[in-house]
Amino acid sequence: MNAMVDIKGVHKSFGELEVLKGVDLEVRAGTVTVILGPSGSGKSTLLRSINHLEKVDRGLIRIDGQLMGYKRRGNKLYELREREILHQRSQVGFVFQNFNLFGHLTALQNVVEAPVSAQRRKRSEVEPFARELLERVGVGDKADVYPRQLSGGQQQRVAIARALALRPKVLLFDEPTSALDPELVGEVLDVIKELARDGSTMVVVTHEIGFAREIADTVVFIDGGVIVESGPPHQVLDNPVHERTRAFISKVL
Amino acid sequence: MSTTSLTSAQDTADPPASGVPADADLPVVARRHPWRWVGVVVVLTLLAMFVHGLVTNPGWDWPTFFQFFTTRTIFSALWVTIQLTVYGTVLGFALGAVVATMRLSSSPFLQVVAWGYIWAFRSIPLIVQLLFWFNIAYLYQELSLGIPFGPEFVHFSTNNLFGPLGAAVLGLALHQAAYAAEIIRGGIISVDAGQTEAAAALGIPKLRQFFRIVLPQAMRSILPNGANEVISLFKGTSIVSVMAIPELFYQVQVIYGRNSRVVPLLMVATVWYIVMTTILSIAQFYVERHFARGTARSLPPTPIQRVRRLLAGVTR
Repeated sequence: MNAMVDIKGVHKSFGELEVLKGVDLEVRAGTVTVILGPSGSGKSTLLRSINHLEKVDRGLIRIDGQLMGYKRRGNKLYELREREILHQRSQVGFVFQNFNLFGHLTALQNVVEAPVSAQRRKRSEVEPFARELLERVGVGDKADVYPRQLSGGQQQRVAIARALALRPKVLLFDEPTSALDPELVGEVLDVIKELARDGSTMVVVTHEIGFAREIADTVVFIDGGVIVESGPPHQVLDNPVHERTRAFISKVL
Repeated sequence: MSTTSLTSAQDTADPPASGVPADADLPVVARRHPWRWVGVVVVLTLLAMFVHGLVTNPGWDWPTFFQFFTTRTIFSALWVTIQLTVYGTVLGFALGAVVATMRLSSSPFLQVVAWGYIWAFRSIPLIVQLLFWFNIAYLYQELSLGIPFGPEFVHFSTNNLFGPLGAAVLGLALHQAAYAAEIIRGGIISVDAGQTEAAAALGIPKLRQFFRIVLPQAMRSILPNGANEVISLFKGTSIVSVMAIPELFYQVQVIYGRNSRVVPLLMVATVWYIVMTTILSIAQFYVERHFARGTARSLPPTPIQRVRRLLAGVTR
């Protein structure tokens, strides 16, 4: 089976600081990969480089066989133009830690914006679909409300609907529940679980170990810019091989 | 210590047996603010004295004021002032937007040029700059369009190209652009970086990211400063009187030069400046309200809505 996301030899530095030191990772279609790791381990950077929000210094990333950010012609790789990169990104859904909903647009407008402007679909055709998505994440009655009038959990669910509106091949979640009050975490995790059950391909950076155990097909533990250990949850979470993984999990649990 | 506080608490909580009402049943007398009333009286007295002076002091010469307030000369002068303001604002903010974009671009060359422009035009006093433009024909008698350092296609005489009005608009717009650029840049960088990041992640095209996502949110902080600039430019047009352009202030000077009624004619100009500034301020309120969508749970009522509610409360 082909990898939906294929990461090969990725390096990334911010100035002097090397955040990713050669990462290889494959995510098969229809599976859920959860990335765990201490803060500063490079897990968010890795996620952001998947859809080229972060340009990597070395290494290549493919989504559904398509090279992200470059075009191969002959024996050279050419950097894509901004417009082409934006087009590639529209095939990847991204959910941010701080939601980043557009504050001056209603929930519905937030969901409709990208399909209309990035995929050039008709507004009249997108709107019913957008309402359906809002319904699906449980905020169907909030379509005409501005983000600031919503709770954090509702905002994040709108943000998930916004990412789904592009019918992405892959969904990326960057600590989707870290900015939420504890009692709101559950409602967002439930939506993500539902998506996992429907067979979406997802990569999730999170600190929720219980959630990882429940939905992950693969758990990846990153520390110091390298993948320390990866495998099915029962292996990585319950019988970690590496000392660093064990230390991290005992701290978080 | 703890026992005394306990007993005292019990004292107040338990109503005395002799039929005196409990604390909770007592009427509340609001605190008085005598000094506030003193303040109100002092300010009202001063205001009354001022208004009395306006009415009774013959120096204000109200008949002359009304004689000139709505004359054709004043109206055409007001029109020149409005034109200067509109052109200065439109050209100034358009050029300002370009300069702001250059300063925010990732090209170090464009950044430096934009910075240099702002530095230069903020450094030169407006009046000095205007006099330069007024005397531009002294430096360059002719302007021509053509290929740089190559053949020329069209020639203009500088004096014909820039009438005094053109020179004034040019000077005001170039000056305004430097300030507008900083205001626009300030608005754009005040929008949370997460907004452009989310737009980029969704694949929204670059231009649309700017006009649909960033700019509407930047307008919130651009508008109050921008309106300030427009109002200040509107009154600042009076500086153009040094170029003998028949705008409001110049015209008023001409008239009082003839009839030497300085004060009432200055009042003519003053009242018109106040009227126009008031109109601009009202426009500003409603435009800002429009861009406040989504920033608060509900928008505050407009003054008209407030008055209506108040009246509804009184008549009920």
